[in-house]
Amino acid sequence: MEWETVIGLEIHTQLATQSKIFSGASTAYGAEPNTQACAVDLGLPGVLPVLNEDAVRKAVIFGMAINAHIAPYSIFARKNYFYPDLPKGYQISQMDHPIVGRGHLDIEVDGITKRIGITRAHLEEDAGKSLHENFHGLTGIDLNRAGTPLLEIVSEPEMSSAKEAVAYMRKLHELVRYLGICDGNMQEGSFRCDANVSVRPKGQVEFGTRAEIKNINSFKFVEKAINHEIERQIELIENGGKVVQETRLYDSVKDETRSMRSKEEANDYRYFPDPDLLPVIIDEDFKAQIKANLPELPHAKKLRFKTDYQLDDESATILTSSRALSDYFESVVKTSGSEAKLCANWVTGDLSAALNKADLEIDQSPINDERLAGMLARITDNTISGKIAKQVFEELWQSSASADEIIAEKGLKQITDTGAIEAIIDKIIADNQDQVEQYRSGKDKVFAFFVGQVMKEMKGKANPAEVNKILKEKLQG
Amino acid sequence: MHNKSLKELSHGLKNRDFSSVELTQEFLKRIKQHQDLNAYITVTEDLALQDALAADIRITNNQANPLTGIPVAQKDIFCTLNIKTSCGSKMLDNFKAPYNATVIEKFNLTGAVMLGKLNMDEFAMGSSNETSFYGAVKNPWNPNKVPGGSSGGSGAAVAARLAAYATGTDTGGSIRQPAALCGITGLKPTYGRVSRYGMIAYASSLDQGGPMTHSAEDAAIVLQTMAGFDPKDSTSVDISVPDYSATLNKPLTGLKIGLPKEFFSDELNADMAKKLTEAIDEYQKLGAEIKDISMPNLKLAIPAYYVIAPAECSANLSRFDGVRFGHRCANPVDLTDLYTRSRGEGFGKEVKRRILMGTYALSTGYYDAYYVKAQKIRRLISDDFKNALAEVDVIMGPVTPTPAFGIGEKMSDPVEMYLSDIYTIAINLAGLPAISIPAGFINDLPIGLQIIGNYFTEAQILNIAHQYQLITDWHKQTPKGFA
Repeated sequence: MEWETVIGLEIHTQLATQSKIFSGASTAYGAEPNTQACAVDLGLPGVLPVLNEDAVRKAVIFGMAINAHIAPYSIFARKNYFYPDLPKGYQISQMDHPIVGRGHLDIEVDGITKRIGITRAHLEEDAGKSLHENFHGLTGIDLNRAGTPLLEIVSEPEMSSAKEAVAYMRKLHELVRYLGICDGNMQEGSFRCDANVSVRPKGQVEFGTRAEIKNINSFKFVEKAINHEIERQIELIENGGKVVQETRLYDSVKDETRSMRSKEEANDYRYFPDPDLLPVIIDEDFKAQIKANLPELPHAKKLRFKTDYQLDDESATILTSSRALSDYFESVVKTSGSEAKLCANWVTGDLSAALNKADLEIDQSPINDERLAGMLARITDNTISGKIAKQVFEELWQSSASADEIIAEKGLKQITDTGAIEAIIDKIIADNQDQVEQYRSGKDKVFAFFVGQVMKEMKGKANPAEVNKILKEKLQG
Repeated sequence: MHNKSLKELSHGLKNRDFSSVELTQEFLKRIKQHQDLNAYITVTEDLALQDALAADIRITNNQANPLTGIPVAQKDIFCTLNIKTSCGSKMLDNFKAPYNATVIEKFNLTGAVMLGKLNMDEFAMGSSNETSFYGAVKNPWNPNKVPGGSSGGSGAAVAARLAAYATGTDTGGSIRQPAALCGITGLKPTYGRVSRYGMIAYASSLDQGGPMTHSAEDAAIVLQTMAGFDPKDSTSVDISVPDYSATLNKPLTGLKIGLPKEFFSDELNADMAKKLTEAIDEYQKLGAEIKDISMPNLKLAIPAYYVIAPAECSANLSRFDGVRFGHRCANPVDLTDLYTRSRGEGFGKEVKRRILMGTYALSTGYYDAYYVKAQKIRRLISDDFKNALAEVDVIMGPVTPTPAFGIGEKMSDPVEMYLSDIYTIAINLAGLPAISIPAGFINDLPIGLQIIGNYFTEAQILNIAHQYQLITDWHKQTPKGFA
């Protein structure tokens, strides 16, 4: 039987606010346990939540970026369950009236664009962390994370392969970082994904029973976990079994999912409106103010790069894949005064390759935009050739010196003095009369031999254009 | 000294007739003498004397406010820094709050002297103070009777002159009912008038703190300190606080008083009806007009309340889980054991009953039938008040169906107990302000008259109450043995 897969994703993004969603405590990651948890975060008797306006603003920014309906009236609800790292015994979340309504995101898989619906996005507070190591059989509770604002983004079940799911997740990841609403740091849990997966016979309209895979925190694992789950479900059904609605956990070490709890064991969260918080009213002024300051979105930027910089589709796509990379590129173009094409080639070529090799992000690059621009400027004004530039680039990567310092120190300035080039060429022509004959008898290929000889003699520092020009004149006699 | 009004006390302090230390010592002495009332959970004697000393210096430097140097007792629901804040529960018997409630901060700033923390029904759930982990409080008018609840310690302490005034909190009548049963004045302000920050939540959409005093004049002074917007409480309302004392003497000529027929039905105790009629007659003498009105949905208040309040409390009390503070069971074997035993041991019967009711009302399949429906009723009740208060200035009625009942009398029948709040609960559902003032005695036990006003009309309510107290002396009566 042929099967098709239905996937919906729930993505939790930590909003990059200074303080928590309902308290003034800092949201910075990595502090000593329980040093960033105030009375409100600890859920002490008598404390009350006060909504952080910046969290609301960031949620609205997101809603606008996915063309969603922004709810003029949204409410917070209590989601009740007991867990040691949930201080109040309930999580403040949104249920019936989320702040962001229906929107969409376009993804591209194998050159085909597909529109994925986003059902809703709602604000909620994160829980703390339970630490099971180093407590001799006990559990430690760190409440630093408790109260960190989350935007939970729920997609429609409109993805039909792990590949599409990953494309959607990447697109969303790129978007939230573009918007500056989330740092996207997956190791630190700033961007976490739960996947709802079901299969059904091809052509069937009704959905199959779904399983929810919790907390898959890398693109690689999402793909593997979903593929594994699809296989498991198909195999189960084909062997006469039935998929049960349950929550499963992905084990990246064993590359398998295993059952966490069944539907029957699921909590009844007993949502009800939180009486400590007033409804959130978003008026037109608030929206207009946000709209006016909305950053350029990836798609619009890509189109602009293609028209303004005359870049091909591939370069424009790569350069706009992150806000940091596009900012870097635009800064290099501006500072170096070089052709955009040259800048794009270096950023997407040598620089990206080096960063990949060193497993670094653009904002961790040992060569910042200014230093790369310094080198590109020297290519543009013919101080160095493209070939020498590769040597300069190596030095830039290793040291903190500027391109100019490297060129001066290593004597890499290219020779444009035609007299010096002519003298060398004369000598080489004199020494290689056989080859001169060959060239003159029509063997054009020999020309490359002469260029090589000249460059070798001049240690690569000759201006290639000059060499070509003079050599051609002299050989033609 | 202990029988003086707040104005007289403030005057006496400023005049150096007595010092704050002397006044505080007098109250501390009385607290010791009348320990058997069980009004206090904690007496903070050393701190009180320190505060009194500081207040005396402040008075000497002419930096006194109307409450500077005057001893107050706080309901043990308000968090007090480094002082036990039990909320009447074993669950918090070991809990010293690491911060002050906003209300406590306000009293501290004004230079008030805190004598201690007052007994109350556990987590403010009760109408007789009998659900307290610290035992029942005796009514100073009759030690076999309850003082009412949940602010029973506050009612008893003020009636017995064990504090110059006290604070209470009112979720369904918990200020007004004990005030009525103890023969004192108790004001529940408009929801949002007094900050709830640091006031341990029972039912967040209904809870409101307020003054419990000897008179409306005193209540005006105390509310002046308690009221005001608090950025830490999203439900507190950012509107200016009027001078409550300034309008106490406005004449009542032309005042329109509404009497809901639902409050004065045949079900109302005949003695109670007689006393209330006498009180209302006094208002007519003061120039008020009486109007019969009807609020058909009032009868739904108790069932709606006993869905909404338990629903909210079921979530509010989840934080008491034995993990971070409060009671933790000995040697838990696993997480479930830690939860079930800590909560099972820490909470009393009434609290458990309400958590269970609330959990049930919010459960899948019951939410619409109970919680949603109760919210709709709440809206209907608010609308009844809105319509009534469009016709009249204030509404008057009983506070309680009867005077104080016997200790132990209603503990076995929770529904009977819940009905003690039949005249007060609707006001909380609507979020309106209301006061209970002494209006006479039945069988030597005090009863109260309730005056309900429109939103944020506390000044008007106090004015109306004060005018009555100028021509009556019910509020000046002292229980035997406490003079």
